[in-house]
Amino acid sequence: MPKIKVENLIKVFGNNAQKAVELLNKGLTKDEIMNKTRQAVGVGGVSFEVYKGEILVIMGLSGSGKSTLIRCLNRLIEPTAGKIYVDGQEVTAMSLDELREIRRKKFAMVFQRFALFPHKTVLENAEYGLEIQGVDSATRQEKAKQALELVGLKGWEDSYPDQLSGGMQQRVGLARALAVDPDILLMDEAFSALDPLIKREMQDELIALQNRVQKTIVFITHDLDEAIKLGDRIILMKDGKVVQQGTPEEILTNPATEYVEKFVENVDMSKVLTAQSVMKKAGNVAYPKDGPRTALRKMQEAGISSIFVVNREHQVEGVVLAEAAVEASKRGEKDLTNIIEKDIRMVKPDTPINDLFSLMTDIRYPLAVVDDNRKLLGVIVRGSILAGLAGRGNE
Amino acid sequence: MDMPLPKIPIGTWIENTISWLTTNFSFITKTISGITETGIDAFIAGLMFFPPWLLIIAFALLAWFLSKSRNIALFTLLGLLLIWNLGLWAATMSTISLVLFSTIIAVAIGIPLGIVAALYESFYKIIMPILDFMQTMPAFVYLIPAIWFFGLGAVPATFATVVFAMPPAIRLTTLGIRQVPKDLIEAADAFGSTKMQKLFKLQLPLATQTIMAGINQTIMLSLSMVVIAAMIGAKGLGGEVWKAIQRLKIGMGFEAGLGVVIVAIILDRITQKIAGNKK
Repeated sequence: MPKIKVENLIKVFGNNAQKAVELLNKGLTKDEIMNKTRQAVGVGGVSFEVYKGEILVIMGLSGSGKSTLIRCLNRLIEPTAGKIYVDGQEVTAMSLDELREIRRKKFAMVFQRFALFPHKTVLENAEYGLEIQGVDSATRQEKAKQALELVGLKGWEDSYPDQLSGGMQQRVGLARALAVDPDILLMDEAFSALDPLIKREMQDELIALQNRVQKTIVFITHDLDEAIKLGDRIILMKDGKVVQQGTPEEILTNPATEYVEKFVENVDMSKVLTAQSVMKKAGNVAYPKDGPRTALRKMQEAGISSIFVVNREHQVEGVVLAEAAVEASKRGEKDLTNIIEKDIRMVKPDTPINDLFSLMTDIRYPLAVVDDNRKLLGVIVRGSILAGLAGRGNE
Repeated sequence: MDMPLPKIPIGTWIENTISWLTTNFSFITKTISGITETGIDAFIAGLMFFPPWLLIIAFALLAWFLSKSRNIALFTLLGLLLIWNLGLWAATMSTISLVLFSTIIAVAIGIPLGIVAALYESFYKIIMPILDFMQTMPAFVYLIPAIWFFGLGAVPATFATVVFAMPPAIRLTTLGIRQVPKDLIEAADAFGSTKMQKLFKLQLPLATQTIMAGINQTIMLSLSMVVIAAMIGAKGLGGEVWKAIQRLKIGMGFEAGLGVVIVAIILDRITQKIAGNKK
């Protein structure tokens, strides 16, 4: 049995919704209905299933109805027609009391703009779901603390949301959702408001987290990269309808319609194929004053075999290879100055990915991505380019 | 020149209504009047029981404790000393008592009404025009029915003051609750909050600052009305001003007016500080 089952779900905004539903069932499009009846179709007859333990990504551009759709699942927005089942129970037929109960026990939601309560501390925010269920203070604090630890916010319990960065705020949002131990996580563009590197970090952590907690996740995004990275399956929406659903592989290799094809292409052309989009955060960096042993330990910590050396302004000075550091340490050298390779290859964030590939064939360290002032923005390893290319069919 | 059509007897209607109300419900208004009168008198008597210097120190300390500001405490101390010196101590105590009484009643009625108006659109639509009416009707007009119901003295003054000073408490409570961002409400709903949980855990805490601003305005309006209410026999600083007007004594009027200003500044700064300190 699927965890969530959605049957011909329709949401029309306007005062004559039934008329619009009739027209929808006759096969008219969103625009035609808008012209005829002045009714705005948010979701125009969508059916799908979500299975236990999977991440289902619903992807579409703004106006495609994806945010309306996810809000229909827990009836934050009341559907106009159609049926929704969770564990076989029909959510669309529930009374308000039953609905509140299922929102408390089965669903938890993470929002694009975090929606943290500004007058509550991080811990109190994480406790909120349990608090309104009437769980006693000691138990809910313990669970909230566990959830905060899970998202890496141990030690921040007493801060207020406005004291945290965007990425950390969204971790609180995630902890608030995880603290109630829901079956289903609804994530509405959860990472869209974060800057690219933080976003990628959060995606990695979500995947790691999902391996441990095994929730059923419905994830909304407008970002194909994100959809491909996170989704076990992807549903692509346009104008309130599903245009294709399938695994990321299927969508990339067999675009069902011209629209999907364009979508996939567009993403490739614009941003996927630049250095910025495939770079990783430089795990660890060394400083010229560091001793060879310090550099080695930093490499070991980050699991890398070479390390970039930066000055105080975070500008790249060069790179040190592990072998060289071992030699230097045997010779008893006190700092890295003798073994820094200064003549290294660096690229700008907007360098196309095809150029990167040739640059990387004969070097033994990652490519450094730097801005105009030589400040280190990130690094590119060969694997990440390959993954970037392989993920996009026969580009 | 008069209009050739007969006059619509709005005034007569109102008079008849009020007259009907007073004849049929005077036992209620009399009871209320009795209780309130006793309460206010006891409170004033209580204040007058202490020597002024002791109360001045107590007020200054209270101001410090509430506002956490040394300047405000110092101003309270000096301002009240000046009032004592001008011989306006008894009048000031009576004014402060009336203001506090009226404010407490206005807030006790106003905040719940404001909450209901924020949560129920239909009630909002009914009460907003009434509030507009209450606020734009010249304040003096409230004095007349107040006399019908309660006779002369402190009670009709309190009644008129409550009617006049309540709108901001209602309005700003409603505003504060409605200003809570939609996405926070959505989050609270998504976790399965009841209406009451949303109100007490989210909406009221986030509206506190706005509600405090409303209380501040209610206090200020109470103060201005208490002065006007001197015309129907409320004593206090307003009474002094009124006497000065009748006798055309400019110095006396100015001194009493200065007393009102001092009381106003003290009450305003303290409540503003409380509103600002809340997070």
